[in-house]
Amino acid sequence: MSEIRVLIVDDSSVMRKIVERALRQAGLDPLVVLEAGSGVEGLDALRNNAVQLILSDINMPSMDGLEFLRQLRAQKLADGVPVVMITTESSEEHVRQAIQSGAQGYIRKPFTAEQVKERVLPLLAA
Amino acid sequence: MAQSLRENLQTVADPVHLQSTVEEVFGTMLGAQCEMVPCTGAVASETITSVVGFGGILTGACVFRCDSGTALVIAARLTGMSFTDLDDTVKDAIGEICNMLAGAWKGKVPDLSAQCGLSIPAVITGSNYNIHVQAPEFRLHHCYRFEGSHFEVTIICDGLQ
Repeated sequence: MSEIRVLIVDDSSVMRKIVERALRQAGLDPLVVLEAGSGVEGLDALRNNAVQLILSDINMPSMDGLEFLRQLRAQKLADGVPVVMITTESSEEHVRQAIQSGAQGYIRKPFTAEQVKERVLPLLAA
Repeated sequence: MAQSLRENLQTVADPVHLQSTVEEVFGTMLGAQCEMVPCTGAVASETITSVVGFGGILTGACVFRCDSGTALVIAARLTGMSFTDLDDTVKDAIGEICNMLAGAWKGKVPDLSAQCGLSIPAVITGSNYNIHVQAPEFRLHHCYRFEGSHFEVTIICDGLQ
């Protein structure tokens, strides 16, 4: 199986590790993880690297996840790459904003590895 | 006509929401069952505190506090790594726990979920300190134990629309 390259954008290094572990538990192997601590770092990473999936937090300093998503689409970086938001914000309004900004999935913190698997695998298979 | 949050104060300040939030966050992320215990007021010599602010139709904060030993256990369970001191990763883990508690708690009340934002977590370490809020609208303070470790969670509301 060819490697799966994923970008995880979260200002918390702990949360990036938790998400990576959940992806490995979901059976993504071999997995190559790129990490970014903000939306700005995420955009920079995508200028130099190709990925098949992006997972992003919403509440982040310097550039939040929704703005990251808008910039990603406006700058045509990672065209066609699915983006899943992973966040503590769970209202219908936040979900609507994320989908309108171009997200394909939404995972609310706290989450289980099984929930990550259910949201992510269909997007990679599509 | 929809009731204001103030008219719904009993629902917003219901301690059951905080208890179910703690059970959800610790059960899901750490696989730990928490038991609510009486708060004794005893404070460990060195503690770590994380604060996540609320803004919008409710203003205030979610405060998580534990001793350094509990912080090491929480960080280890979250990351699958082991820790011996309160380094940046442990502080980050405690900030994330507080962030998830704040988000899950406000998610229990539909109006709050949509119209109340969260700040980035701030983490404080040290000894012999207190966090004061003058005349809060309400304050929920719970103490918990899991697997021999103890922690406290406080929701302070100082403004409500």
